[in-house]
Amino acid sequence: MMTSAWIQIALYLIILILLAIPLGNYIGKVMTGEKVFLSKLIAPIEKVIYKLLKVDVSEEMNWKKYAISVFVFSGIFFVLLFGIQVLQGVLPLNPEGLKNVRWDLAFNTTSSFVTNTNWQAYSGESTLSYFTQMLGLTVQNFVSAAVGIAVLFALIRGFVRVQKKGLGNFYQDVTRIILYILIPLSLVSAVALTSQGVSQNFKAYEQVDLVEPIVLEDGTVIEKGVVPLGPAASQIAIKQLGTNGGGFYGTNSAHPLENPNNVTNLIEMLSILLIPAALCFTFGRNIHDRRQGRAIFAAMFIVLTLATSAIVVNEQMATPQLSQNQTVDLTPHQQAGGNMEGKESRFGIAASSTWTAFTTAASNGSVNAMHDSYTPLGGMIPMILMQLGEVIFGGVGCGLYGMIGFVILTVFIAGLMVGRTPEYLGKKIEPYEMKMAVVLCLATPIAILIGSGIAAIVPSVADSLNNGGAHGFSELLYTYTSAGGNNGSAFAGFNANTIFVNLSTGFSMLFARFAPILATLAIAGSLVKKKKIATGAGTLATHNAMFVGLLIFVIVLIGALSFFPALALGPIAEFFGM
Amino acid sequence: MNVKNKNGFIDRKMLKRAIKDSFIKLSFKTQKENPVMFLVYLSSILTTLLWIASLCGYSDASPVFIFGITVILWFTVLFANFAEAIAEGRGKAQADALRASKRDVEAHRIPSVNRKDQIENVYSTALKKGDIVYVEAGEQIPADGDVIEGAASVDESAITGESAPVIREAGGDRSAVTGGTTLISDWLVIQVTHASGESFLDKMIAMVEGAARKRTPNEIALQIFLIALTIIFLLVTVSLYTYSAFSASLAGIANPISVTSLVALLVCLAPTTIGALLSAIGIAGMSRLNQANVLAMSGRAIEAAGDVDILMLDKTGTITLGNRQACEFIPVDGADMEELADAAQLSSLSDETPEGRSIVVLAKEKFNIRGRNLHELNMEFVPFSAKTRMSGVNLNGLEIRKGAMDAIKEYVEAHGHVYSKECQQVVEEISHKGGTPLIVAKDFKILGVIYLKDIIKQGVQEKFADLRKMGIRTIMITGDNPLTAAAIAAEAGVDDFLAEATPEGKLQMIRDFQAKGHLVAMTGDGTNDAPALAQADVAVAMNTGTQAAKEAGNMVDLDSSPTKLIEVVRIGKQLLMTRGSLTTFSIANDLAKYFAIIPALFMGLYPGLRALNIMHLHSAESAIFSAVIYNALIIIALIPLALKGVKYREVSASKLLTRNLLVYGAGGIIAPFIAVKVIDIIITALGII
Repeated sequence: MMTSAWIQIALYLIILILLAIPLGNYIGKVMTGEKVFLSKLIAPIEKVIYKLLKVDVSEEMNWKKYAISVFVFSGIFFVLLFGIQVLQGVLPLNPEGLKNVRWDLAFNTTSSFVTNTNWQAYSGESTLSYFTQMLGLTVQNFVSAAVGIAVLFALIRGFVRVQKKGLGNFYQDVTRIILYILIPLSLVSAVALTSQGVSQNFKAYEQVDLVEPIVLEDGTVIEKGVVPLGPAASQIAIKQLGTNGGGFYGTNSAHPLENPNNVTNLIEMLSILLIPAALCFTFGRNIHDRRQGRAIFAAMFIVLTLATSAIVVNEQMATPQLSQNQTVDLTPHQQAGGNMEGKESRFGIAASSTWTAFTTAASNGSVNAMHDSYTPLGGMIPMILMQLGEVIFGGVGCGLYGMIGFVILTVFIAGLMVGRTPEYLGKKIEPYEMKMAVVLCLATPIAILIGSGIAAIVPSVADSLNNGGAHGFSELLYTYTSAGGNNGSAFAGFNANTIFVNLSTGFSMLFARFAPILATLAIAGSLVKKKKIATGAGTLATHNAMFVGLLIFVIVLIGALSFFPALALGPIAEFFGM
Repeated sequence: MNVKNKNGFIDRKMLKRAIKDSFIKLSFKTQKENPVMFLVYLSSILTTLLWIASLCGYSDASPVFIFGITVILWFTVLFANFAEAIAEGRGKAQADALRASKRDVEAHRIPSVNRKDQIENVYSTALKKGDIVYVEAGEQIPADGDVIEGAASVDESAITGESAPVIREAGGDRSAVTGGTTLISDWLVIQVTHASGESFLDKMIAMVEGAARKRTPNEIALQIFLIALTIIFLLVTVSLYTYSAFSASLAGIANPISVTSLVALLVCLAPTTIGALLSAIGIAGMSRLNQANVLAMSGRAIEAAGDVDILMLDKTGTITLGNRQACEFIPVDGADMEELADAAQLSSLSDETPEGRSIVVLAKEKFNIRGRNLHELNMEFVPFSAKTRMSGVNLNGLEIRKGAMDAIKEYVEAHGHVYSKECQQVVEEISHKGGTPLIVAKDFKILGVIYLKDIIKQGVQEKFADLRKMGIRTIMITGDNPLTAAAIAAEAGVDDFLAEATPEGKLQMIRDFQAKGHLVAMTGDGTNDAPALAQADVAVAMNTGTQAAKEAGNMVDLDSSPTKLIEVVRIGKQLLMTRGSLTTFSIANDLAKYFAIIPALFMGLYPGLRALNIMHLHSAESAIFSAVIYNALIIIALIPLALKGVKYREVSASKLLTRNLLVYGAGGIIAPFIAVKVIDIIITALGII
């Protein structure tokens, strides 16, 4: 009997759709410059910003210019964030007197936040000052998210515009995304979170008496604990909304001050998928064919639902070891049964599993439970979701443009099978688009395979493992999967803060982020120049159930072909070994 | 083509040649052209080296195992070569035959048309563009050109395969002659349009032989996809080696997988099936077009044919039979039906036009009025003239005339009779129905109207409906007036028509469609068709047409059949479908190969993975062998499909997709599970493993 879990999940998904549709329309309007209810308030601010930054918003950028802007913009923030970390000791807002961050960790964290990955090889409360968190990381949470969304809109314009060159203005796009979309949503979310008890202050950490003193094995009694405080709510709001996922505290949203109760859990969990889901509807609206947006949403939604269900079932059924002699109650009646290791008792199986699916489907990476402690197959699903290329909703913007890469591949194969030169949304798919779509879709598998392949032969990596055997390999695979998927979630148990891991995951994240961006903009630049082909009965429909099914099949097939051997040595071997 | 091999598509000679070519194609240079197969080629070399090393005692697997894998890999390469060679075979045979007709002959060059006496004999290879030559009966035409004086019958069987001679004459749309064809009667003066080496025959040889075959955009895009997959699989196998080393060291044992078995895995995973057959599919597509007697000037044109969604078809010959036929006599002004039929027949007895003959036949069928001899009746035939625009007979001062409405109207009114309202009504009615009214008058009095009807070819309605299902719209091009055209268009079931068509009108129509994003195909033969042919995306020029039309088109139909366009579209679509279907099949195969090889490789490390051996293959080695053998044999098994093309039906895109996905997608997943298991049983039974 898992009825309550199913009802819970269904409710999450319904609320998600109900919120995503209107938000999708709103975003669509904002990005085409139409009036929205916030225009009166924000438009003057927008103007001032353009004036201050001396941006000529009437300038239409071609794809190369757009790409250069993306790289320059991200580059500046890269240098800034790196600088803040290695100098944090002398910078203000550091009540705990935390030291400068080591260079390799600073490089890793910078790459991680600039690429919207938010992989954390550090523990926030013991490594980063409030200054670094707010002016370094939180700022990144906004801008890296905005870059992803901006690139998506360049691609949308590539489909919509006919025989033109311009893809829009990058600086205008980024400004609008931050002002109209990210800041208002974060404000609402942060206020709601604070009202539920999420920390939002600049106080030094507090010492409190423990309710029940802890006695360690050697006899020492611990009576006091340190409670880390700080401006958490404001960062958590955007870390969820911008599919960033970098927690304020080391244990991320499993921490009681980051995610105290079921209300905050619901808000945070829905925030993960809100914008990625809304963008599907925005896509349909802005290309003037809502069916296309719905089809892509359906493909993502189906995979998400299947993945969520698979995790819930596996966690609820737990393992043969746990069920032995009824050591653990596996029935979901009354209280949380099943595999509760690594899960917060205030969330239970359903809310933890759903979060796991959401956070790895979207390239968010925040966690409210420890994935390392999941059952072998329950832990494999999040890995697969990341290995699919983070296209099941995926990161804000980048999930959808990654998905369109897969749509192009699908359209290509399906188009050939019906005897026509493939086309999507009236634009012909030719060798150039194919080349770029292949880069777009395969950057993640390439980053993961190369990263983990090299790590497997570096002797020092074995020391980072928490476990041996197949589970040990899963820890390694998860780490590089998370980096290569720009996800950022951790399997836990794996000590990532070594020079090799910091550098290798750092480069992996940069490659997996910027190669697809370049490819996407190149596709947009090529499509925008093309004419639109008329559609007819001979045209392959890209909005029906058939196509949705085929799209899912292609995504899963490419994922399976790339990672079946790796998964066989990790979770699958572990599962059959139980 | 004069070498048609329609029955058995492979004969013994071609087979021998293909086998020989498979080995010639083993050269490094040829292999480099095909990236996927090049990987197999390199893998074969690698395992050969590993085998040699194993004989010297350096190895991570048994020499017998390495040898076995090596042999199968080399066969995989050879099979791919064979597929290409057999596809080229037909083309080569055609090219040989064409070369035979491309002899160097003596040409009689003359300085100008008026100086036929000043003949200078030169070799045909020395002729330049613009030279004027004189050709007599029995001689071979030395070069491509336009007839500028004379008329003659020419045997063009060397090129078209059609043995009946054709007329070539100066001026008009039948002025083009092709080098290598033979003059049967009379003489011609020809102006050379193409020097030797650039002639139609040269182009034809290059095309059928595949020498001029460039990869088409679509093929390149597919190639990119296949290369990307290959790179991924290369990374998968290399990283698998390190994963395995890592896992083994955690377990404290030696790395369980050998380089040879990894290479075997790589070759199995790489899309070798489609990689091996890709060029064969392209060549075979071209070859199918050649067999339909259509010569494409580029592979690109064939692909474009698959994309076409507008067909502009000439009415005459494509939609209707060439001639109109009488189908009804309608008496007016109180005249007698039989009298009308009789008069109509009399006026047509000596009219040798098809329309005239059909009137005689109709009268005979309906009223049993027999054809009579004019001389016996003492009648005088009055043939049609541009001045009177009527024809008929005179019988002792009695005049019977038939003609178009306005001509007869003028004729009867001039003799003091009236052109009645009733008659006008009938005439209009017939026009509305798409027919042509002919009025018959006897003794300056109108008897009635003959209804001449365009006869729609049998089965065209169905054909157009099928095309519509595929998303292809048909446009009828006709010189008729809009009223008639509309009626015929409705009856034939075309989607649209262009009436009173002029070359400019056609060109404009093509441009309009293209601006809306359509791809347009058309056929044409006249010089005035050239601009429209040049503008169309797929332009099939008739071989009987002028040089200008042939130059403007991107295909030449040697049969000069106006319905060929539909066939061309079919071949184009079939070519793309074959590529797509075999790609799907090839990738879908990988699933079974994983289930064969992965448990085989790691059962030692993690015994639990035995559960993945769902085919229950005999042993690790037999599993790997079975997968690799399947991988090689499937290439041979699919050669016939690659050459013939996948089955094609005129249905909508989504139906086609469903069907092909079911056959090649689902089939591609299931088939190898069965085949690998069968191979495993066989090789185990034979005791090879």
